[in-house]
Amino acid sequence: MHRTGELYGQFQNLDQQRETASLGMWVFLITEVMFFGGLFLTYTINRSLYPVAFAESSRELDVRLGAVNTAVLIVSSLTMALAVWASQTGKRKQLIAFLLATLALGSVFLAIKSVEYADKFHHHLIPGHNFHFPDSNITPVLARQEPNLNAHSQLFFSLYFGMTGLHALHMVVGVGLLLFLLRQALRGRYTPQYHSPVEICGLYWHFVDIVWIYLFPLLYLIDRHR
Amino acid sequence: MPEHIVSKKVYYAICATLLLMTGATYWAATRDLGKFNIVVALAIATFKATLVVLFFMHARYSPRRTQLVIISGIVWLAILLALTLTDYLTRAWLPISG
Repeated sequence: MHRTGELYGQFQNLDQQRETASLGMWVFLITEVMFFGGLFLTYTINRSLYPVAFAESSRELDVRLGAVNTAVLIVSSLTMALAVWASQTGKRKQLIAFLLATLALGSVFLAIKSVEYADKFHHHLIPGHNFHFPDSNITPVLARQEPNLNAHSQLFFSLYFGMTGLHALHMVVGVGLLLFLLRQALRGRYTPQYHSPVEICGLYWHFVDIVWIYLFPLLYLIDRHR
Repeated sequence: MPEHIVSKKVYYAICATLLLMTGATYWAATRDLGKFNIVVALAIATFKATLVVLFFMHARYSPRRTQLVIISGIVWLAILLALTLTDYLTRAWLPISG
């Protein structure tokens, strides 16, 4: 077991060791980009095939909650960046405070997401046997434009739950990482010489933020105006 | 190279810009811009993502080899999206069944 801040044998100095850790995290994040990229591609193809069903389904989402969650996640990225700053400058109390703030904001995001999911359950918008697009929102014009609305709307909601669900899963993993960082920070493990775990968990947290930066307009916004 | 420590002011400014852009994309979505609604939404999202990568994720201050990895990742994503969509989005152009 290595002590923290120790130079491992294969590196020339601590800077090189730290850069290598970040580079490794970036390589992992690139695999995540390709993973989410496939989902965004699936969304794009289906949206181009069934534009009417996707537009109508998108309007069933609560855009206000989506916008609030975007703001929550952006501020959580700020507190995470500040946590990395505190670890770089050796401010242990601030590091703990910023990690706690990030943890709290991440939890608020997940709480709001669960409210949204519950709402979709109540309105029979979960793809499957009991899926039912609200009749009151189906006008005669819409019924002519998209006769298979109930079927194609389920494609949208499958992608909605698949993409936001995987994003939320990443958030849950992020919360676990933050708890780990908190424990180590409380033990005083992070110093200006050694704080790579804070840095690379920060990279992960910001990546999850970027995924949401794309999910919010694509799922909630682009068909609002119609 | 020694670690570059970004000042707190930069982080606050980036966060303020990101929140402002979230408001902008929300507002733009209420306007009918025809085909450009999606263009505006994706342009703002890409601008926001770029800010996060450059400043929050320190890409601007990272070694060249880290920047190379990031850029090649984006290039591979572009290949994935572009080549697949040249297939799917052009299938209706020719009246060939099947």
